[in-house]
Amino acid sequence: MAARKITKKPNVSAEELKTYYREMLLIRRFEEKAGQLYGMGLIGGFCHLYIGQEAVVVGLEAAAREGDKRITSYRDHGHMLACGMDPGGVMAELTGREGGLSKGKGGSMHMFSKEKHFYGGHGIVGAQVPLGAGLAFADKYKENGGVTFTYFGDGAANQGQVYETFNMAAIWDLPVIFVIENNQYAMGTSQARSTSTKDIYHRGEAFGIPGEIVNGMDVLAVKAAGEKAVAHCRAGKGPYILEVKTYRYRGHSMSDPAKYRTREEVQKVREQSDPIEHVRDLLLTGKHATEDDLKAIDKEIKEVVNQAAEFSKESPEPSLDELWTDIYA
Amino acid sequence: MATEILMPALSPTMEEGTLAKWLVKEGDTVSSGDIMAEIETDKATMEFEAVDEGIVGKILITEGTEGVKVNTPIAVLVEEGEDASALPTSAPAAEAAPEAAPEAAPAPATTAAAPAAPAVDLSPDWPADAEMKSETVREALRDAMAEEMRGDEDVYLMGEEVAEYQGAYKISQGLLDEFGAKRVIDTPITEHGFAGIAVGSAFGGLKPIVEFMTFNFAMQAIDQIINSAAKTLYMSGGQMGCPIVFRGPNGAAARVGAQHSQDYAAWYMQIPGLKVVMPYSAADAKGLLKSAIRDPNPVVFLENEILYGRSFDVPQLDDLTVPLGKARIWREGSDVTIVSFGIGMQYALEAADKLAEEGISAEVIDLRTIRPMDTGAIINSVMKTNRLVTVEEGWPQGSVGSYISSVVMQEAFDYLDAPVINCTGKDVPMPYAANLEKLALITTDEVIEAVKQVTYR
Repeated sequence: MAARKITKKPNVSAEELKTYYREMLLIRRFEEKAGQLYGMGLIGGFCHLYIGQEAVVVGLEAAAREGDKRITSYRDHGHMLACGMDPGGVMAELTGREGGLSKGKGGSMHMFSKEKHFYGGHGIVGAQVPLGAGLAFADKYKENGGVTFTYFGDGAANQGQVYETFNMAAIWDLPVIFVIENNQYAMGTSQARSTSTKDIYHRGEAFGIPGEIVNGMDVLAVKAAGEKAVAHCRAGKGPYILEVKTYRYRGHSMSDPAKYRTREEVQKVREQSDPIEHVRDLLLTGKHATEDDLKAIDKEIKEVVNQAAEFSKESPEPSLDELWTDIYA
Repeated sequence: MATEILMPALSPTMEEGTLAKWLVKEGDTVSSGDIMAEIETDKATMEFEAVDEGIVGKILITEGTEGVKVNTPIAVLVEEGEDASALPTSAPAAEAAPEAAPEAAPAPATTAAAPAAPAVDLSPDWPADAEMKSETVREALRDAMAEEMRGDEDVYLMGEEVAEYQGAYKISQGLLDEFGAKRVIDTPITEHGFAGIAVGSAFGGLKPIVEFMTFNFAMQAIDQIINSAAKTLYMSGGQMGCPIVFRGPNGAAARVGAQHSQDYAAWYMQIPGLKVVMPYSAADAKGLLKSAIRDPNPVVFLENEILYGRSFDVPQLDDLTVPLGKARIWREGSDVTIVSFGIGMQYALEAADKLAEEGISAEVIDLRTIRPMDTGAIINSVMKTNRLVTVEEGWPQGSVGSYISSVVMQEAFDYLDAPVINCTGKDVPMPYAANLEKLALITTDEVIEAVKQVTYR
């Protein structure tokens, strides 16, 4: 990860920067609130927070166009918020309520939106990778010009089905962007202990799939790489790999004390590479916004998150007959 | 406004913990993400972060306190200029987790004291005067796919050797010529991967038919079949279904050894969200496959290599469909009910023929669909014959027959005049040697013997 250091003034408008700031802040505040509700016992089971990785989805969503698809693993709240799914609906799913996006039947790891082209929310590590290639297969079959962002982590990158998928995506020229969100820890196992290659995207070369490393703490770098990958896919040149180096501040899930890394390591990333602070610096040093402007955004986001939390508490539990619905279409 | 900070639950099962250490003191300013305290549970010591900004107004629980219940106020966070002492000291109860649901919804009744005869669909699947023509199961399956692909552009076939090779068992013969490489797709040998891609394409709006060269190889893909295809509709609250057919030969062929000879009917039968079909005749193979392709749910369609070349009369209709979930009575009888499906039907029907010569009248039911199962047809028949034998090629423990036995015991116990007998394959991996293989499989004689036992002959 590059240090949060502004070397040159990026060619980006104030509005664009503010949008990224707002979207990343929404994810962070939402996740903090989710952590809080978990602590209060309102959210149960597994809950994987996205804090620290916000620039990845926000940057890539900025490179997508209407109709493009996305699919990811169980660490999915950020992806859903970034593609425009309702924060209240997401939070109410976390609390297992009727107003949740899956009517309370999916939980933190399983939400979907046909409208926003978000295809889950998958709990088996790596299983979303062939599914994502399948979405791309459907786009190619229908010749609709769509591209699918298939997100997975450095942990999933050691699953065999990922490479089965690389092979077929390459021979069939599927319009799929494999986004490896490399947060450096597969649950508690560091990449150095689990993965034979330092840079995972190199594995794509064995299948003839081009790829590159992206600084996942810099939303502008992510967006630029995303645009390049999208152009490659839309031109019919087949899949592309983006290995986005990022960092999760929290444990793997809520019950992970994260003893496999030092507090100093986490603190260093937070102080030097935080993706939100990066955009904040760009906004302030570029005189695109004042402290007061940013405070107003903070307030606005806080309000959105508080409303989502309120909704998630007030929405009733699903009616008991929901147990037996949605098993067959 | 001042807010109380509550003792957090740090795992799905935590109820209380030790407040091991405060990392902030009264008067400190914190912002969200700052570590405030260390909390010890029975599993680990966890750091506890601030989720809001503010000033630590008051610490309510001193460090080292054990057995602090989740949701107990442990500190008060105030805004600048605010006084912590002005706060109420007890946490509002409204924030606590909701109580568990008072009463579970009643499960659909599976027990009944004095059952009425269930309503059973006994309507014919095709008009009695339909013109019939002898066709093999192989031809019937191919025609079913071709007809559905002609009718719906979104239907495509994917699998190993389905296109240029014309199918490992020649089920897809001619399809590449008619529909082209876009819709008849050869895959590499990579079941887990292509099953996942096909499921993804179904989420994306297509209607894939996935051919497994045999269902033995589908074990590599079973995670995608169950976790991705079968469960997504439920997990999405009904938003995203998966219209897909997984088909291919299932069960023992001949002399191919343990890894290539296994019946998966009982495996897939267990999964809510899946439909499971296992046809015997060519007409059913065609009509059921066409229905399966049109069905909006994932369907596991279990064929049999030995049956592929067998001929049956097939009605010559423009659009022959057989509904999923409906059994077929092949032969009416009064002394005993024999229930089977797939190749098991061969033994059931042969046994019924021989038993008739001995004056025992067997009613033979072909389930055709294993899930949803037409248990009504079985119960109805048992109420008439009072005796039941099930026949399948799979293993005995957790067999389809054992499930049928339990349903019949619960719903028609008073009608049984003898214990139900499940005729199954032997409880061994399939041997290679010809004589041992024959011994491992179910035989017609075993079915006859079972019928004689339940009829006390």
